[in-house]
Amino acid sequence: MSADTTTATSGIGPVEGGAGTAYGVDNPAPVIEAPRKRTAKTPRSTRGNFEMAAWLFMRLSGIVLVVLVLGHLLIQLVLDGGVSKIGFAFVAGRWASPFWQIWDLLMLWLAMLHGGNGLRTVINDYAERDTTRFWLKMLLYTATVFTVLLGTLVIFTFDPNIR
Amino acid sequence: MPAGTLYRGREGMWSWVAHRVTGVLIFFFLFVHVLDTALVRVSPEAYDKVVATYKTPIVALLEYGLVAAILFHALNGLRVIAVDFWSKGPRYQKQMLWTVMGIWVVLMVGALYPVLGHAVRELFGS
Repeated sequence: MSADTTTATSGIGPVEGGAGTAYGVDNPAPVIEAPRKRTAKTPRSTRGNFEMAAWLFMRLSGIVLVVLVLGHLLIQLVLDGGVSKIGFAFVAGRWASPFWQIWDLLMLWLAMLHGGNGLRTVINDYAERDTTRFWLKMLLYTATVFTVLLGTLVIFTFDPNIR
Repeated sequence: MPAGTLYRGREGMWSWVAHRVTGVLIFFFLFVHVLDTALVRVSPEAYDKVVATYKTPIVALLEYGLVAAILFHALNGLRVIAVDFWSKGPRYQKQMLWTVMGIWVVLMVGALYPVLGHAVRELFGS
C-alpha cells in the first residue's frame, strides 16, 4: 500500500456532508483501499478452497436431499397409514432390501454433513469469542461424527432376528 | 434503523432467517432421530416403545411442524440454488419466494390429513 496522491483534478464533485473539506490537488482525498486487496502483509498462502467446496457441497447435497428426504417423509408419514404403521417389523421389512439400506445410508451421511456444515456457519456467524467458537465447533464435530458412525453401524449391523 | 445495517427486512432477509431457523431445527431433530432409530440394535421392544410416543397427538403436531420446516427448507433451498446458478435468479428471487410459499401452503394442506389424521381420530374417536 502506497500513499497514492495522484488524484484527478477534474470530475470530482462536492462531497456530500463534507462541508469545508473540498478535495483537490492540494488537499487529496484519502485513498480507500479495496477490502481484500493483497498487500505486502498478506500471507502468500491462503487457506485454499475449503469454503468454496463447502458452498458447492451445500447446493449439490441439497438437491439430492430434496429427493431422499421428501421420499422418506412420503413413505414414513403419508403412505400406508402414516406414522402409525412404524415399528420394529416395518424397519426390518425395509432394511431387508439393499436399496433402502443405501437410501438411508446416503440420506444419513448427506444430511449430517449438510446440517453439520450449516451449523458450522451459524456458529461462525454468532459466536464472537475465539474460544467459544472453537469449543462450540468441537462439540458440533464430535456430535456429528458420533451420529454418522452410530447410524452407519446400525444400518450395517441390523439384525431382524435380534430376539 | 441502526447504522451499518445492510438488509432492510424484506423478502430476501426474512427467507434467509427462516432458512437458518428451519435448518437448525431440522439438524437437532436429525440428531434425535438417529438416536431413536439406533434402538433397533437394542431390542424390538425398546424401539417400539419409543416409536409409540411418536404416535401420540402432541408429537403428531410436532411432526406436522417438522414437515413444515423441512418443506420450507427444501423449497427455499432450491430457490437459493436458482439464485446462485441461474443467470436471472437474483432478478426473480422475490417471485420465486412467493412461488415457494404457494407450493408450501398446498403441500402443508395436503399433509394435514396424513400427518394429523390419526391424532384427530385418537382424540375425538373414530
